[in-house]
Amino acid sequence: MQLDSKAPGGPIETKWDRHRQDLKLVNPANKRKFNIIVVGSGLAGGSAAASLAELGYNVQCFCIQDSPRRAHSIAAQGGINAAKNYPNDGDSVFRLFYDTVKGGDFRARESNVYRLAMCSNSIIDQCAAQGVPFAREYGGGLANRSFGGAQVSRTFYARGQTGQQLLLGAYSALMRQVAAKKVTMMPRREMLDLVVVNGKARGIIVRNLITGELERHAAHAVVLCTGGYGNTYYLSTNAMACNVTAAWRCHKRGALFANPCFTQIHPTCIPVHGTYQSKLTLMSESLRNDGRVWVPKKPGDNRKPDQIPESERDYYLERKYPSFGNLVPRDVASRNAKAMCDEGKGVGLTKLAVYLDFADAIKRDGEDVIRKKYGNLFAMYEKITADDPYKTPMMIYPAIHYTMGGLWVDYNLMSNLEGLFVLGEANFSDHGANRLGASALMQGLADGYFVIPYTMGGYLGGTPLDDVDENNPAFADAENDCKERVNTLLNIKGKRTVDDIHRELGLCMWDHCGMARNDAGLKEALDIIPKLRDEFWQNVTVPGDSGDFNQSLEKAGRVADFLEFAELLAKDALDRRESCGGHFNEAFQTEENEAQRDDENCCYAAAWEFTGVGKEPVLHKEPLTFENVHLTQRSYK
Amino acid sequence: MTKKINLTLKVWRQKGPNNKGVMETYSAKQISTDMSFLEMLDIVNEDLTLSGQEPIAFDHDCREGICGMCGAMVNGRAHGPEKGTTLCQLHMRHFNDGDTIMIEPWRAMAFKVVKDLVVDRSAFDKIIAAGGYVSVNTGAAPDANNIPVPADDAELAMDAAQCIGCGACVASCPNASAMLFTSAKISHLALLPQGKVEADKRVLAMLRCMDEQGFGNCSNERECEAECPKEINITNIARMNRGFLKAALGSRYK
Repeated sequence: MQLDSKAPGGPIETKWDRHRQDLKLVNPANKRKFNIIVVGSGLAGGSAAASLAELGYNVQCFCIQDSPRRAHSIAAQGGINAAKNYPNDGDSVFRLFYDTVKGGDFRARESNVYRLAMCSNSIIDQCAAQGVPFAREYGGGLANRSFGGAQVSRTFYARGQTGQQLLLGAYSALMRQVAAKKVTMMPRREMLDLVVVNGKARGIIVRNLITGELERHAAHAVVLCTGGYGNTYYLSTNAMACNVTAAWRCHKRGALFANPCFTQIHPTCIPVHGTYQSKLTLMSESLRNDGRVWVPKKPGDNRKPDQIPESERDYYLERKYPSFGNLVPRDVASRNAKAMCDEGKGVGLTKLAVYLDFADAIKRDGEDVIRKKYGNLFAMYEKITADDPYKTPMMIYPAIHYTMGGLWVDYNLMSNLEGLFVLGEANFSDHGANRLGASALMQGLADGYFVIPYTMGGYLGGTPLDDVDENNPAFADAENDCKERVNTLLNIKGKRTVDDIHRELGLCMWDHCGMARNDAGLKEALDIIPKLRDEFWQNVTVPGDSGDFNQSLEKAGRVADFLEFAELLAKDALDRRESCGGHFNEAFQTEENEAQRDDENCCYAAAWEFTGVGKEPVLHKEPLTFENVHLTQRSYK
Repeated sequence: MTKKINLTLKVWRQKGPNNKGVMETYSAKQISTDMSFLEMLDIVNEDLTLSGQEPIAFDHDCREGICGMCGAMVNGRAHGPEKGTTLCQLHMRHFNDGDTIMIEPWRAMAFKVVKDLVVDRSAFDKIIAAGGYVSVNTGAAPDANNIPVPADDAELAMDAAQCIGCGACVASCPNASAMLFTSAKISHLALLPQGKVEADKRVLAMLRCMDEQGFGNCSNERECEAECPKEINITNIARMNRGFLKAALGSRYK
């Protein structure tokens, strides 16, 4: 299979404009003849559904929660990047593009990233016009703060709840289209399969989570906006229902899955404190603007933080990376925290934590200023840990947070399966091997507001499509597959709960495929995962029945898919003979323990083709070429 | 300090919207005080599953207090005893060894029980669809800094915009009113220049929809404000009422 990115040639600054010029248009009167399915209602899905409906298409939008307003984009805290250069500190579209490519350790497609940077400014305009209450300067203009991996202040924010406010903006636009009857909202529906007719994505099978009914929905195109697969690791900062199912089913129907091993470990999360723990909580990266990260210089130092004098503290990020200091990118900050703990300098009961200290910032700016910037984060920290971060340093540790890998898409955000578009975290396209802070919101909204409205027109206007409805045999086949699977899950009646097996998978992935990986560990994971999958299918117990609201059954279906997907993740990690960004194989590191890329042999996106459960997938490589940035060893010193 | 405590739970079990519900008793043993309330329920559910019973259905997702999915009446209080806290952020250190805890779903005519502690809050989406937006199509926005917003107005708007749509206000109100929820959205938009254009039309449409959905009216009990996990202020209701009067008497909209 030849992977064609369809990225236009010519100068990078004008690629998108020229491409839009070349895309076919659908005339306004004809748009209403097209039905589009959008799966997911987060920043990507919500903005896509609203924008496509505004253009006149008939949209059906599906989400697993009871309301589209609850998608996990809502939990993003820190902010959204844009190249507005309002602070006059030297920002530009090119600099945002450059920082994002470099931050991603040169494993993203240049053309996509440049377009992302171009769209960033329009996103801020759009959101401000919707009434998103961004933080303001006293003159009434928008305020900015800085974030990791950048030396300019380009992050727009709404306290520590930027994701919430942007999502509610997209949700309000979506509900406006629901009122206009251009969007039919289908909440509490979980996509269980993609329906492919004559090589084109023409619909989906969903389970109505309230009645348990399987439903068929046909359309001219399917837009998948179903987020990332961080919950493969069981413990992550993702919401409980985040899953890989929709993306994985598309993969099983022929869509290529790219770079699954590019997972992001976020450096500032509240440390794990017990085996019963159900999820990890992120403390926004914005805290590193004012918080200083440190550990005791002496390994095994059990004194309380206030009893450790300045001279016996190691502010290791400031020491090792003087120009970026505490604001190094996430992968660098995470690996350094792990290194400190590996040296025995970790703090807290489990010794798997480092301090994030606000004492200097409070002394410098006063408690009120800090409260205004981070009040909700400090309150959340105190609720969970019963420690007051105004008085004692926070304890933090890295956790799985975001996944850069996802379904392979071309410049139009269409997968290799025609008619299947993939937006937001669910695709692989913009962040390479590591995503910079405040870039996920930017990408979700760029894809939904400003890319898909054009590329969808190009597809529908330029592709002859047969009449296909829910009576097509492909729908019956897919529905039968889903029904059979549900019945199998309910009839195993084994001795282990779904969570129990999921937890075991998570531990295996964290130990062998986490922050630092090595060949031996990855091979062990590849040995464990199929066995655990067998254990699941022989010994899981799922109570209740299929024709009912059954949360155990929902979970079981998702974990069954994680158990297949995890194998591909580990395989991809083993196959990539280099370290880059969030993928760190101990065999490939510089003398200073930074990720060592191999640009000669590994400058590609790894797109995997499904051949069967437990069978060797086929690797297709999309070579990445860099014409506008220079490939360098990342340095944040 | 972390302790282990033992609890007795009395939990509302209801198979579906048309079935009768009952309070069932369960014991939760060896619960770490570092656990969240939902993690405690997870443990009870694991035990139920292993003993062949159906686990307690409850809505939850982010477990960070922001998605608004979770919520139940705990000893008669929405999201439990802690102020400004969602159920997922309520930790077991606020309970004592030997406590009996009553857990019930939100109760309101407009929120039908789906199963056990899960209720249907789609009425909230309908209220937002009635006018909780600025009518601006994608691509039609001017440069963001062309619309200056006084920083203090932005802060006040943000206070209101923080609403997570969990429904605790409705569940706490003796009238099952959705005034706090509705007014939070109306205030958020009315405080910003972007929202002023449609303010009259919005307040009339959203309040009409609120009534149609079967929510009660406000009689200043202030229970909603006391129990709101985001501590949304009832001055938003006053602001909405002023806007309603102005729109009903002084605008061209009905």
